[in-house]
Parts: sequence; structure tokens; C-alpha cells
Amino acid sequence: MHPAFSVIFLTTLIGLGQGLFLALYTEQVYSILKVLQTQVYIEYFSKASMVSLGLLVLGLIASFFHLGHPERAWRSATQWRTSWLSREVIVLPISMFFIFVYGCIYHFDLNATLFNVGEIPINISLIVGFIATLMTFSLYVSTGMIYASIRFLQEWHSPLTVINYTLIGVASGFTLAAAIASEFAPGLLNFYTGWSIALIIIAFIFRLFSLLRNKNLRPKSTVQTAIGIRHSQIKQISQGSMGGSFNTREYFHGKKESFVHSVKWIFIVMGFILPLLLLISNFYFNDQNILLAAVLIQYIGLLFERWYFFADANHPQNIYYQMIS
Amino acid sequence: MSQLALVIDLNVCVGCHACVTSCKEWNTSGLAGYLSDKRPYDKDPTGTFFNRVQSFEIGQFPKTEMVHFPKSCLHCEEPPCVPVCPTGASYKREEDGIVLVDYDKCIGCKYCSWACPYGARELDEHQKVMKKCTLCVDRIYDQSIVEDERKPSCVLSCPTSARLFGDVHDPDSDVSEKIREQGGYQLMPEWGTKPANHYLPRRKTSLTIHHDELVRADNPLKKEEQLPQPDFDDPSLDDVTSW
Repeated sequence: MHPAFSVIFLTTLIGLGQGLFLALYTEQVYSILKVLQTQVYIEYFSKASMVSLGLLVLGLIASFFHLGHPERAWRSATQWRTSWLSREVIVLPISMFFIFVYGCIYHFDLNATLFNVGEIPINISLIVGFIATLMTFSLYVSTGMIYASIRFLQEWHSPLTVINYTLIGVASGFTLAAAIASEFAPGLLNFYTGWSIALIIIAFIFRLFSLLRNKNLRPKSTVQTAIGIRHSQIKQISQGSMGGSFNTREYFHGKKESFVHSVKWIFIVMGFILPLLLLISNFYFNDQNILLAAVLIQYIGLLFERWYFFADANHPQNIYYQMIS
Repeated sequence: MSQLALVIDLNVCVGCHACVTSCKEWNTSGLAGYLSDKRPYDKDPTGTFFNRVQSFEIGQFPKTEMVHFPKSCLHCEEPPCVPVCPTGASYKREEDGIVLVDYDKCIGCKYCSWACPYGARELDEHQKVMKKCTLCVDRIYDQSIVEDERKPSCVLSCPTSARLFGDVHDPDSDVSEKIREQGGYQLMPEWGTKPANHYLPRRKTSLTIHHDELVRADNPLKKEEQLPQPDFDDPSLDDVTSW
């Protein structure tokens, strides 16, 4: 497939934003259950929620560049019964709303305790955060399922697509949370660094799984089934036009094999290995710049990852477009 | 419930592209907006087409055979492009099974084009909406056209009648009979999309003639040459044999 930058930015930005929110809520649950003994960093929570919201907004803006008619985008919320794209369109603003409310609760200090369950205080932000967490995970699933639900794209048609979208987004979000915590909540720094190291490793393992799976895929469609002629030697002589068409542009990345191959190694190194090493090294150096570098390098690496994700998928319609003339 | 479709006979298609040009001509002149071309007379021309004729070489040179393969939307009975549409712009008509795009609802997100294994959908560069073969829906029901010509434009233009149009759900229709009796098949059956359009395969018409059929075995004197013509006055064969 042809990787569109609007979609690459949409998926990476909202993945990062959702991951950042999940990092916040994870810490909140930990401290309420008293697994983590820290003070409540109100400023950190309100600022990080707004960063998370900002990333989702940026992602939403990026998505509009993918549309031919952005002014009709509201219509895309109508077919939620059948279309995962429609479901994403609905869940994204709901997530944004609840993350916004969550941030406001901290910013305006409205976090009253409603009732107690045993010794655990249930406050407003815990409930709002729980709904936002559900929405965030639904958003990961919707985004992943947009790609995983197309059965013709065998590289995408796998649970690994949804798992990878979720894990990669969460891993990048926790790294960002660590970087923000180093400024506003130094007590949470080790908590987030530890989590993001673990998440990057898990995300890396699952991404390698999908690379391995896609390497061994056997295409279901062949030129024989595409034109229905049973013969072992079929060669296209003409695709019907001398110039290009939508079919030659939309479904192929248009880059050399060596380029795609190098993108794979770039994303493996920049998206996973380098940030991992930087986060580990931060235990010794404890330098804010290292964390910022980790966030930046990881994000750029994940842009390459998403580019590769699209370029890697081979659409069966390409069988009809092997030869110009 | 009927399902209108095309049946394309690969045995007689000569690859003349008449269907391509007549399709473009009819559909670019319609009320729904033109099929835009970009740089039509420049370098890298491109444009929207509903129908293309591709050519495939079967076999190894020099023992090859050329198959010309017209390709347009197949109007699947299980169209995978329809449920993925987030706006409901893509739909399959209940009454005749034609898969259509509502250009006023389409947001041009291209998702349906990803979900079509045949590459039948194109984004129009000018209107920024998805377009595809409509089976000339603006023609086949037009009462102002002579009844014989209420057929898709490509079907009318085909000089070898390689394109047939009809209801594939009606077992008595011409197209159903052709599919049934001449081995009509669907493209990429492995995806379960059940295309309504069918293709009729290449068929070899060969006749085995034995030697004794060329030389009459019951003519031992080898009198194969032309017999002398009788005179006009002579009785004809009828005069002799009829009593």
C-alpha cells in the first residue's frame, strides 16, 4: 500500500496521546491501591492530560488531510454498525472529551472523594479516568481493526495488527510520561521508566512476531485466480493504459526494495532499541535530555514503523498492474 | 430479487478498447459530473476510468496465446467495499444489485478502495470522491432511450458482442444460460465476494477429421473429379427419380 503521511501521523499521534493518558491512569490506580507510595502531583496530572489531549487533537487534524471532502467528515460517524473507521470516528472525540474532563478535574482541583470501597477512596477522577481508559482501549482496537479487518491485505489481517497498535502506542505514551514526569513529578520517574522499558520490550517482541509472520505469508490470490485462466505461465502484456492511474498510485509504495528494507532496520533501531538503551542509561545518568531524546527518537522511529506497516502490505489488485505496456 | 451484471466472453474479446472509450464517453457526459483527466496531453497523463482492457500472454513464447481481459467493477453479491464505508455513501441496490457510490455523501477517505481486491474503485482527482462502474444506471432505465439500447454503454459498443448484459439471478436469461453452458466463472473466488459479473473462458473449437473422411472409402475407383455436366435438354435427376 502507499503510505499516506496523514494516516501515519494520525495513528502515531493518537497512539502516543492515548498511551500518555494510560500512563497517568496507571499511576493513579497504583497510588490509590497503595502499591506506589507517592504524593499526588496535581500539576503533573493536569499538564500531562492536556499534552495527551493535544496529541489527540493533532492526530484528528492530521486525519483531515486524508479526506477528499473534510467538510462532510461528520457523515463518517453514521455507519458504526459495520465500519471500524466509523467506530474510530465516534470513539476518538469521546476519548478526547473524557481526557479533557480528567485534566480539568486536576487543574481546577475538583477531585472530591465520592465514597469509599473498604479503605479505597473512590474519587471523581478515578471514575472519569476509568471511562476514559475504556474509551482509549476501544480507540486502539478501532484503529487497529480498520486495518486488521481487511481480509485481502493478508499482512494486516491478523490480531497482531491490533496488538501492535496498542502496545506500540502505550509504550511510546509511557516514555513520554517519563519525560514529562522528570520535570513535574520526579518521584514518578523510576515508575514510568521501568514501565516503558517493559512495554518497549513487549511491543518489540510482538512487532518481531508480525515481521516474521508477514515474511512467511503466501499470497492467496494469484494471477491465475485473478483472471481465471488455469495456466502456469501467464504474463501481463498491458495494464490497459500507458499513463498511471489510481490503481498504480494508491496500492504501491513506489520505492525500491532496498529502501523498504532499510526502513525496517531504521524503525527497529530507532523505534525500539535506541529508546530502550536511552531509558536504561537514564537510571545511571538521570538526565532530562536523555529522556527527551528517547521520546523524540522513539517517535521518529515509530513514524518509520508506520510507514513500513503500510508499505509492507501487498494488495491483491496489484496483480492486475504488473506491466504498463 | 434480480442481480444485473455483465458477462464477458474472453473467447471473442479482441482487445479493441471500444468499451473503454464508450464507457468514458457516456459516463463523463452524465449528470453526476465528469470523469476527470489530469494532464491528458502531457507527460504522465492520468484519469478516471470505470473500465479497462488489459492483455495477458498465456504460455511460453512462441507458443503463446493472447487473452484480452476487460476489467470493471464486478458488482459483487457480497461487496466488501460496502460495509467498510464510514458514511454509507457506498451501497448495493436492493432492486437490481448494482453497487453504487453516492457522490454527495462520499468523503473521499479511500477506505473502500483498500477493501476491494479487484481495484475497481478510483478516486476522482477533480471531484475528490470515489467512483466506479455504475452499470450505466443512468441509461438502462431511461425511458427516453429506445428499448434495445437500454444497456450499458460498453455492451452496445462491443463490435464482437463479447459483453453481455442481463440478470444473472434469472435462470432463463441469456446471461445465465451462457454462464451455465459455457463455463462462466468469477474472479478471485477465494475471497468469497461472489462477483456478479462472470467471465466466459477461452474455448477451443476443434474438429477431428480422419483420413477416410477426406478420401471417400466407398469410392474404390477414386472418381473424385468433377463429373461432366449434363446437357440442358437431358432429363434432370428429379425427372429420372420421381415417379
